[in-house]
Amino acid sequence: MSLALDKPRSPRRPAARRSNGELYSWLFMRLSGLLLVVLVLGHLFIMNILDGGVHKINFGFVAGRWASPFWQFWDLAMLWLAQIHGGNGVRTVINDYARKDSTRFWLKMLLYVSMVLIISLGTFVIFTFDPNISN
Amino acid sequence: MTSAGAPERSGTTRGGGTLYRGDLGMWSWVAHRITGVLTFFFLFTHVLDTALVRVSPNAYDAVIETYKNPIVNLFEVGLVGAVLYHALNGIRVMLVDFWEKGAKYQRVMLWTVLAVWVLVMIPGFYFMMERTISDLVGGH
Repeated sequence: MSLALDKPRSPRRPAARRSNGELYSWLFMRLSGLLLVVLVLGHLFIMNILDGGVHKINFGFVAGRWASPFWQFWDLAMLWLAQIHGGNGVRTVINDYARKDSTRFWLKMLLYVSMVLIISLGTFVIFTFDPNISN
Repeated sequence: MTSAGAPERSGTTRGGGTLYRGDLGMWSWVAHRITGVLTFFFLFTHVLDTALVRVSPNAYDAVIETYKNPIVNLFEVGLVGAVLYHALNGIRVMLVDFWEKGAKYQRVMLWTVLAVWVLVMIPGFYFMMERTISDLVGGH
């Protein structure tokens, strides 16, 4: 029989309760980040730099873009990925800096509510956009 | 966790593969956090203002006018700069994590990130501010 020694510096944690959540979160940040580089930099280039930059943007410009399913899908993907990527980043920041458990809990609740609100509202607007809406 | 007077373990803080502590690697991480959080806050506002297309064309156009204000226009340059840094440094982080030589070249890659940032932001600043500056100076 081998000698039973505690491994140095290993916290006693029941192995069955460990999950891979943080690993998936870490991987998601890299995969979504790669897609967002294209989606967001493309969006900023078209909106802020190309063809007069921000001065060309008005209701008609948005209507012209969302007439195409390609740009609808682009914006929808960007909305979801940016919210989850950004929300996950802010969750990490809250975990790092909140000192009290209650502060940490309520800041994260506020974060999750804002994420659900923004993703729902943005998705609703993209799917129900009406170019002929009255002034 | 660690008491304040704990002796530093030799070999772990210097030359032991610590990218993120006390050196340039740490500041690149700090800047990554700040640019990320700022962009996330802006995104909240930006989805709300875009949602006005669902209210009326006039309401949307009125709010979009604020984006064309010279001061706000300058903030947009800041936003693009923040997002561009976050994107470039994010690629660097992925290379450090997934490329076998990433950790070895992390410092070179950081200088590359900063060089590309400057090279893109110079023409970027010009094209983003062109109309605003000509309106201010020319006063058509």
